[in-house]
Amino acid sequence: MPSTLPLFPSSASTVAGDVDTLFFFILGVSAFFAVLVSVLMLYFTFKYRSKKPGAAGADIHGSLTLELIWTGIPFIIAMVMFVWGAQVFFTLAKPPADAMDIFVVGKQWMWKVQHPEGVREINEMHVPINRPVRLTLGSEDVIHDFFIPAFRVKMDVVPGRLTTMWFTATKVGEYHIFCGQYCGTRHSGMIGTVVAMMPDDYEAWLAGGRTSGSAVQNGERLFTDLSCITCHKADSSGRGPTLAGVFGSTVQLNDGRKVLADENYLRESIMTPQAKVVQGFQPIMPTFQGLISEENLLQLIAYVKTLKPAEGAPAPVKK
Amino acid sequence: MKEAAVHQEPSYLGAPYGLAAWLLTKDHKRIAILYLISVTIFFAIGALFAATIRTELITPQGDLVTADLYNKLFTLHGVVMIFFFLIPSIPATLGNFFIPIMIGAKDLAFPRINLLSWYIYVVGAIVTLSVVITGGVDTGWTFYAPYSSIASNTNVTTAALGVFITGFSSILTGFNFIVTIHRMRAPGMTWFRLPLFVWANYATSLIFILGTPVVAITVLLIAAERTLHLGIFDPRIGGDPILFQHLFWFYSHPAVYIMILPGMGVISELVANVSRKQIFGYSFVAFSSIAIALIGFLVWGHHMFVTGQSIYAGLVFSILTMLVAVPSAVKTFNWTATMYKGSITWDSPLFWVLGFMGLFLVGGLTGLFLGSMGLDVHLHDTYFIVAHFHYIMVGGGVTAFLGGLHFYWPKMTGRMYSEPLAKIASMLVFFGFNLTFFPQFILGYMGMPRRYHSYPPEFQVLNVMSTGGAAVLGTGYMLILIYLLYSIFKGPKAPMNPWGATGLEWKIQSPPITHNFHETPVVTEEAYDYIHAPAPERALTPVSPREVTHE
Repeated sequence: MPSTLPLFPSSASTVAGDVDTLFFFILGVSAFFAVLVSVLMLYFTFKYRSKKPGAAGADIHGSLTLELIWTGIPFIIAMVMFVWGAQVFFTLAKPPADAMDIFVVGKQWMWKVQHPEGVREINEMHVPINRPVRLTLGSEDVIHDFFIPAFRVKMDVVPGRLTTMWFTATKVGEYHIFCGQYCGTRHSGMIGTVVAMMPDDYEAWLAGGRTSGSAVQNGERLFTDLSCITCHKADSSGRGPTLAGVFGSTVQLNDGRKVLADENYLRESIMTPQAKVVQGFQPIMPTFQGLISEENLLQLIAYVKTLKPAEGAPAPVKK
Repeated sequence: MKEAAVHQEPSYLGAPYGLAAWLLTKDHKRIAILYLISVTIFFAIGALFAATIRTELITPQGDLVTADLYNKLFTLHGVVMIFFFLIPSIPATLGNFFIPIMIGAKDLAFPRINLLSWYIYVVGAIVTLSVVITGGVDTGWTFYAPYSSIASNTNVTTAALGVFITGFSSILTGFNFIVTIHRMRAPGMTWFRLPLFVWANYATSLIFILGTPVVAITVLLIAAERTLHLGIFDPRIGGDPILFQHLFWFYSHPAVYIMILPGMGVISELVANVSRKQIFGYSFVAFSSIAIALIGFLVWGHHMFVTGQSIYAGLVFSILTMLVAVPSAVKTFNWTATMYKGSITWDSPLFWVLGFMGLFLVGGLTGLFLGSMGLDVHLHDTYFIVAHFHYIMVGGGVTAFLGGLHFYWPKMTGRMYSEPLAKIASMLVFFGFNLTFFPQFILGYMGMPRRYHSYPPEFQVLNVMSTGGAAVLGTGYMLILIYLLYSIFKGPKAPMNPWGATGLEWKIQSPPITHNFHETPVVTEEAYDYIHAPAPERALTPVSPREVTHE
């Protein structure tokens, strides 16, 4: 048995401090009220101990003033906790624009990590410190959850959609990755390590890794191999809409809706093409469900994100 | 006892005798006893699973049971404790027994439906527990899709079917209570003269009938997806796994209040009695139960802050979660104020009240940590949440159940138990509970995820403490079982009103006659009129076992 008794996790990301401050604020308020009520109860227990069996207590029925006070004060405190918690959550939910990308795929019972440069890892994730990292997460089977306690971040990894999370590591070191969402027999074995490195060390590590092409290169190859390119041409002459500049744009659908073309829209359009059909096109695209792995999907999306409208070309179908 | 002597009428425990008379009884008191026996058995089974889990967790390696068995153990621990122990624990036992008596009625509105509820409950429990023989179920009590609907190859369908069946029992009980409380109050028993225990069970019944159908349908959909391969939750055939969580928590969060509201009702009775004083702010305590039941239906999304649900949906669920904390705080302050200038009786009920308050405070306050979105991201699915809900449901719910059981035991059985043993047991439970679950808050903040069969070695010391605490807690529970059973056979005969309490239940003999009252009572005073309450009567002389059987 370890002789030390650790009581607090290490804080190794920019948001960890914010989360800890919020934690200690709520802890302080809670401790105050817990002690207040406990001490009062114990004090009354001794102070007003019955002198003779059956004697009645004072004839007090209540006080509207007191009721209003102890409804109002907890309400105000709870609202402070709500606003503060929401602020921290907004920080956690909005990755900075300059964040570097890493793709993570969860499957029973391992984590597959893919760097945009093409280096892949299993149950390990190397990251540079002092640089925002945005993770795009997908699942091949059931719901998992990517949890790094030292960074105070966590996000469910849900089959059928992509989720994102981000962090900026601040201290060089190795930290736990846990699967937070119960996912079957070896759930507690679905763990890994984040290796936070100095940026130079990270570049060196990345350069030394074996790759089979960057994510974008792989995506481009898939775009040809899967014949996406036959219909989604660079100009608007194909049977499907051109994908140049589609990422981040607002797409007009043939049922009148407008949707933002984010990663989940691209994913859905590949796996369930009939769900959202672009205005002016026929629902003729076949599904790629079962034909393409979650990792390949992330590569394809990485490639589509790089497609920009050609100079002088007509604007893609978007509004 | 005077009344019994005058009327020569046997108690409900007396005639008619025999197994058939008990199994076909329409008497709410006998049905309550049937429930009490059943929930005790299921509690023991659930506790056995818990003991195995805690023993496994003494070491970081998974070395006592296999990973598969471990997963099945925590699944059945949760399913049995929640659906077959906690949910029926107070309403179906103490509620069944005392709601009619407290409002001055002879029975519930639908005695046959009441018996049917018990049979449905037992059948549901047996169906679910049959999986123990056929290979278990490993989805966790939450049955999350798509793991439960496509991935798990255990007996999910059977387990879910049992939960589905048991749901009807809750619905019927809730329906029965609501009709009874509306229609069968004695003359003069106005809504604001009702004991707060009745208010709390009324609020609980609202959740029973409004929430249970949703969870019943949800588990049925899981079974349908498993057997018929419908695309409801499986994204590969067009389903949405997050839809399951919405449906599941729409019931299962209010279900948390099913487990704590009746306990709060019990504590209101006990606090007034140990203080020998009118409850402080009666109407605020009463309406806070209703507020909890209603707002409790609007907070389910706080289980889903990290599923990728819209930030704005998260905001609404977070603010409502914070809001539902307020009525609980109001109750706590009113209980505390009730003790001010009381005449505090240091009998065993006081010990249960103080134990409940200590544990419920911690459980309730740690809910604030989880309702605050930015902090929930870190704490979600860790041991922090395990500790939090055990403080509420076991620290709060089970302690209140035990407090109520001790308070009403003399009325239900006609026997007194050993006061010193009860005080020792209440302290064993309090300290054992804290030693078991407080370290889990620390484990959770350090990041230990729940449902882990093996864990990194730095978490070991706290896990060993937790297991040690569980042993103390288990000893406390067993001690209670022993002296309560002993009291049935050897305990001194209970007087009519051993605690000098107010309320109709203490104005009839112990144990009551089958029809509760010789004539319909007329209520002329408000609840908790301790100014005019009688002094506690001390236990009568012990009786020989032979007299007991022909009470």
